[in-house]
Amino acid sequence: MTYTFALVGNPNSGKTTMFNEITGSTQYVGNWPGVTVEKKEGKARKFKEDIEIVDLPGIYSLSPYTMEEIIARDYILDEKPDVVINIVDATNIERNLYLTTQLIELGIPVIVALNMMDVIKSREDRIDVEKLSAFLGVPVLEASASKGIGIQELVEKALEAAQSRASANSCERCKMLDDAIEQSLDKAEPFVALPARQKGYNSRWVALKLLEGDEKLQEKLKVPVTLMEDIKSFRKELEQKYDNDMETLIADNRYRFISDVVAKTVKKNNKGNILTLSDKIDKVVTNRILAIPIFLILMFAIFQVSFGALGSFTVDWLDSFINETVGGVIKAWLEAGGAAEWLRALIIDGILAGMGSMLVFVPQIMIVFFFLSLLEDSGYMARAAFIMDRILRKLGLSGKSFIPMLIGFGCSVPAVMAARTLENEKDRRLTIILTPFMSCGARLPVYALFAAAFFEQNQGVVIFSIYMLGIVIAVLSGILLKKFVLKGEVAPFVMELPPYRFPTIKGIYIHMLDRSKDFVKKAGTVIFAAAVVIWFLQSFSFSLQMVEDAGESILGFIGKAIVPAFAPLGLDDWRASVALLTGLVAKEVVVATLGILSGVGAAGEDSAELAAALQTYFTPLKAYAYMAFTLLYMPCIAAFGAIKREMNSWKWTFFTISYQTGTAWFVAFLIYQGGRLLGLE
Amino acid sequence: MSRTLKELKPGDKAVVKSITGEGAVKRRLLDMGVTKGAEVFVRKVAPLGDPIEVNIRGYELTFRKSEAENIIIE
Repeated sequence: MTYTFALVGNPNSGKTTMFNEITGSTQYVGNWPGVTVEKKEGKARKFKEDIEIVDLPGIYSLSPYTMEEIIARDYILDEKPDVVINIVDATNIERNLYLTTQLIELGIPVIVALNMMDVIKSREDRIDVEKLSAFLGVPVLEASASKGIGIQELVEKALEAAQSRASANSCERCKMLDDAIEQSLDKAEPFVALPARQKGYNSRWVALKLLEGDEKLQEKLKVPVTLMEDIKSFRKELEQKYDNDMETLIADNRYRFISDVVAKTVKKNNKGNILTLSDKIDKVVTNRILAIPIFLILMFAIFQVSFGALGSFTVDWLDSFINETVGGVIKAWLEAGGAAEWLRALIIDGILAGMGSMLVFVPQIMIVFFFLSLLEDSGYMARAAFIMDRILRKLGLSGKSFIPMLIGFGCSVPAVMAARTLENEKDRRLTIILTPFMSCGARLPVYALFAAAFFEQNQGVVIFSIYMLGIVIAVLSGILLKKFVLKGEVAPFVMELPPYRFPTIKGIYIHMLDRSKDFVKKAGTVIFAAAVVIWFLQSFSFSLQMVEDAGESILGFIGKAIVPAFAPLGLDDWRASVALLTGLVAKEVVVATLGILSGVGAAGEDSAELAAALQTYFTPLKAYAYMAFTLLYMPCIAAFGAIKREMNSWKWTFFTISYQTGTAWFVAFLIYQGGRLLGLE
Repeated sequence: MSRTLKELKPGDKAVVKSITGEGAVKRRLLDMGVTKGAEVFVRKVAPLGDPIEVNIRGYELTFRKSEAENIIIE
């Protein structure tokens, strides 16, 4: 017999910690069908019964306004888990119980886990659990997920409820709504009994939701229009009686009921307004004067560690390990076995290098997500949004987008992945589209080469201007895309600032591991396939002969064929366009390709020979247009894989790279043609 | 004239009377416990002047001034 328990709770209620405690290492992270909201599943350890635990998205309410709320509600209604375990943060009980009241109404078995009881006890506050259970009409258990207390009992109780099939107490003793609303429900219930029964929903809940004007449910149940007329008349009656709309009335009622219950069951030790530790930290961290410097110092430190010494050390080490150590072993082995040259090239330069181009990102992803989990779990992330909101709102984004954008200056791959901390889907998509405009580290060698070759006196200024160009384009794109593509109602910025908490090492470890595994499994396949295809295209000619010179390869042929498209940008030499194509592997490859195609070999960015060669087919204006194009056009295939993974849609992925490449073309066009008009050529 | 939460300064306290407007913003405020009778304490304004932070129902909540304008207080 398999049982399914769903975990439901507010964000920051300790739900993820509880999930980790119950399931241990058995968890599996995926996506809910069709959306990019994470779905976590796992098995309860230490039980002989087969217990499947599903972690539903963290939500404040079951009102179907956000994607997360719709997913959670539909799952509970349609997948019918055996028991819903509602994680309630005991230190923030009033607002947490709001979701509880809605869960109870669904008429399914609910168990309340009163989490963070260790904090309540250390504060010497008291919660009368038995009384609370009596008021709510469902079992209430004390727990502390972060201390691992009460977990076993919770699962046992849920198992008991599932086995006895104790349907949820319809909560006759607790009267959440006032008489007038209850009477309307009595009248409305018979009308909806049939459609509700067909779906197996609680008819009183259906009546309440339709009375509230829930269009999502109305569509789902295909409620006849005539029937809705009757329901609407009941609603009008109530709204006139109270001179208020139905949504407000019901929310008011719920919170009144909760305030009443809390007053009777919770005894706070400190009556006065004593500052908690969290308040004290906030006095400094979100201080008017200190907040922004602290934020910037934190960001700088994270950036330095991720992309400075530690980050580049791990990347270089892994790169040489894969390509030299492992590559050397395989090469020797292939040579000893007498493998043909094309086979050796396929295995070493194609497959192994392809794997390498994906795996080198893993250490950086781990470092970045170590910091991200730290920020998220400690509660600082919400403060970052609070501090930076004003600036990013102009882009149609919220303060949380700042962090992915910043990471983008290091590497677009973890930056795109970091966009997952944004709850709103539109904000997340927009952040993913804009993040690659932040010039990543791999693009710098290209600027350094051109700046040295063409702007010797002003190298610093020129490179800085390219970085600024990326930011300006991101700002303009944000405004434009918000207006025409990702339009619609602005997501409300109504956000909880959770109390600061010590992150658990286990939580951070699981998060880091999850994201890395996810990257390798989901983005990795795309990156690997793309790397092998590009390797093939640049190593073989149409007659399938291996070529040394990329100019004679299939990719070289394509590069030459697209030269007319680049001519308006002043880039009328095929070497320039071929290098952009090979730059898709990684943008710094542009430098090496230009070296090979210019006949100076795989020279570095500081090669005077290569600079001299470039001067034969670039002018300073053309060079600047080329740098701008390199900055803006679609990111490398690794970032492409990450975008595909995070967008979870091919349509959006292609929109993103088309938008970026289109922008690159247009901006380079303006630079070149504008420069010519100004007589800069 | 009804007063809105936007007019309050850090350190001020008020009781919520109602929420104007409709759709997602209103619903979100209601869900977060900004309902009739709730006590609100304005804690601070963000360093750049917006959003604001309030204490309500024992926790810290932040929203923009444009949202505070929808909250009518007694």
